[in-house]
Amino acid sequence: MGVAKYIKNEKDEIQDVILQSGIHVKPLYTKKDLEEIGFDPEKDLAPPGEYPFTRGIHPLGYRSREWTTRQYTGFGTPMETNERFKLMISHGQTGLNVAFDLPTQMGLDSDDPLAEGEVGRVGMAVDSLRDFEVAFQGIPLDRIGAGLTINAVASIMLAMFQATAEKYGFKKDRVSATPQNDILKEMIGRGAWIFPVKPAVRLIGDTIEYSMKELPRTNPVSVCGYHIRESGCSPVQEIAYAFQIANTYIEEVLHRGHPIDDFVRGFTFNLNVFGNLWEQVAKFRAARKLWAINLKERYGAKDNRSLLLRGIFGGGGYGMTKAQPENNIMRGAYYALAAALGGAQTTALCSFDEAYTIPTPRAALLSLRSFQILMEEIGLRDTVDPLAGSYFIETLTKQMEEKIIEEMKRIDEMGGMIKAVETGYVQKEVARQAYEFEKGVQKGELIKVGVNKYTEGEEMEVELHEYHQESVGEQIHRLRETKRERDNRKVHQLLKDLEGASKTEKNVMPYLLECCKAYATVGEMTKVFKEVYGEFKEPSIF
Amino acid sequence: MEKKIRILVAKPGLDGHDRGAKVVAQALRDGGMEVIYTGLHQTIDQIINTAIQEDVDVIGLSIMSGAHLPICEKLAKEMKKKKIDDMMIVVGGVIPKRDIPKLKSIGIEGIFPGGTPFDESIQWIKKHIKRES
Repeated sequence: MGVAKYIKNEKDEIQDVILQSGIHVKPLYTKKDLEEIGFDPEKDLAPPGEYPFTRGIHPLGYRSREWTTRQYTGFGTPMETNERFKLMISHGQTGLNVAFDLPTQMGLDSDDPLAEGEVGRVGMAVDSLRDFEVAFQGIPLDRIGAGLTINAVASIMLAMFQATAEKYGFKKDRVSATPQNDILKEMIGRGAWIFPVKPAVRLIGDTIEYSMKELPRTNPVSVCGYHIRESGCSPVQEIAYAFQIANTYIEEVLHRGHPIDDFVRGFTFNLNVFGNLWEQVAKFRAARKLWAINLKERYGAKDNRSLLLRGIFGGGGYGMTKAQPENNIMRGAYYALAAALGGAQTTALCSFDEAYTIPTPRAALLSLRSFQILMEEIGLRDTVDPLAGSYFIETLTKQMEEKIIEEMKRIDEMGGMIKAVETGYVQKEVARQAYEFEKGVQKGELIKVGVNKYTEGEEMEVELHEYHQESVGEQIHRLRETKRERDNRKVHQLLKDLEGASKTEKNVMPYLLECCKAYATVGEMTKVFKEVYGEFKEPSIF
Repeated sequence: MEKKIRILVAKPGLDGHDRGAKVVAQALRDGGMEVIYTGLHQTIDQIINTAIQEDVDVIGLSIMSGAHLPICEKLAKEMKKKKIDDMMIVVGGVIPKRDIPKLKSIGIEGIFPGGTPFDESIQWIKKHIKRES
């Protein structure tokens, strides 16, 4: 989708191109541009796998290992979700990315009056360990890692995951979960927050500290520039905000006395691919470099493994259009190309029907096939960082770098990300740009094919995913049955213990694990936290 | 001078995707209306209370999760109970075409699926508010 501004003359010749990050693209790049921007191949471009990792975090890129594919999946009951997981794995998907319904994301049980109409709608409903047992039944958790798109109650879900894995006989040091667990971006862009900023960040600290020792293959935090970008910010801000959020979590754990190299390896990132192709590729390259520098210079990390920006580059939701939905299949393929040229370790795509519905199996498979075609047919595994050395890409990478540093500085001057979120600065900045963008589209300054240009043609009927009301009944029935069958006295005591721990500086994770194992519900555990911590209040930005 | 239309932009339910709501709020303000934004995770009761307190002419719901039918139904019912059903309800978000007749039967006339030009919704509201007075 047209996210750059094109200034044209009356003969339709392009006079200027302005990328969303504010960079002007020139008609021609030569050696001189590299000289002018101070590009130093020695300093800026070490071989892939070496500091500062601009060219990639592995020496051989996709030659040694293809990317992991993780389509966002989950709906209805855990049974339905389990079937879909197995379908995707049978088609060659190599990881999972679990979608939870909104009540679960908000820490409400399926029978809560506030959950009405939402149970199982945009993801799977999880009330207790029993649901996780069903959802992951028959999944080889020692080979297939699980992304868990959960934030406010990520600590609970991580405990739930461990309890499930152990129940199925997998050792905790062999399984890999990637809970999203990034609450600051929820407060900026995605909205699934519960607790106030400080206790919410403390819970993230607890999960990181706990994973370090107990779940060494787990990535306890996936910092999401993705949703902030979806909410309206520029690609430069996407990276700058994500890094400053990550720095907040880092500092939370440093304060507890852990050396940086002991935990920061567990950090991953979730970044967006929609937009101008070159800008995205340069963004990923600049981001890898700046993350390494950030760790080394700001926090004194010494272990090379601490310096690697790993993550999922994908999605592209805001690029997808409701008009002419089949066009989104092509868009998705190009976005996947941007991810591959940017050296993504893991990827996922929004499916072509997502502006209408949660993906049908057909749409989800088309996304998976786009990845497979790139890797198997088009040549994306041939050589690592194929665009390196290009006058244009290297210049743009340097320019993005400079702008990201500037934007990070702005947040530093404000006193860090917690302040920037509590005062609503970032939210305001994001909302303002979202409005500007929309005006640009409506005025036809930003081109969206099928929306404001080339709009002719028949509208395609999209097959909608059906929401099954019966599944809700089933889910609530299972919840009540679980509550009847468990040892309620024990659950009551464990919840009391959790409350005690959450009032002190004790790490809550072992307490959550015990609660999960005893089939305490997500709603019950969340309620304990709500009573101790209270709830977040959005700053007014209008 | 003509009295400005007061509109409450509301995010009912658990969905936190508020890009649309915030964009529309800015557009309505630039379109000459007085805009109050509820913030996220509002219950129907909270929305109705704010609407009464702020004495608005219009309640604009933004719903992306697919739960627009049950939410709109409940809101319309509660408004009738509270005798504020003279307030206009409009809804925007991810609204499939096939649900439009059902929404109209609930009494929601202004339906603006994602991508509706700002001008179109602003003009629609202005026109229909006048008709009622």
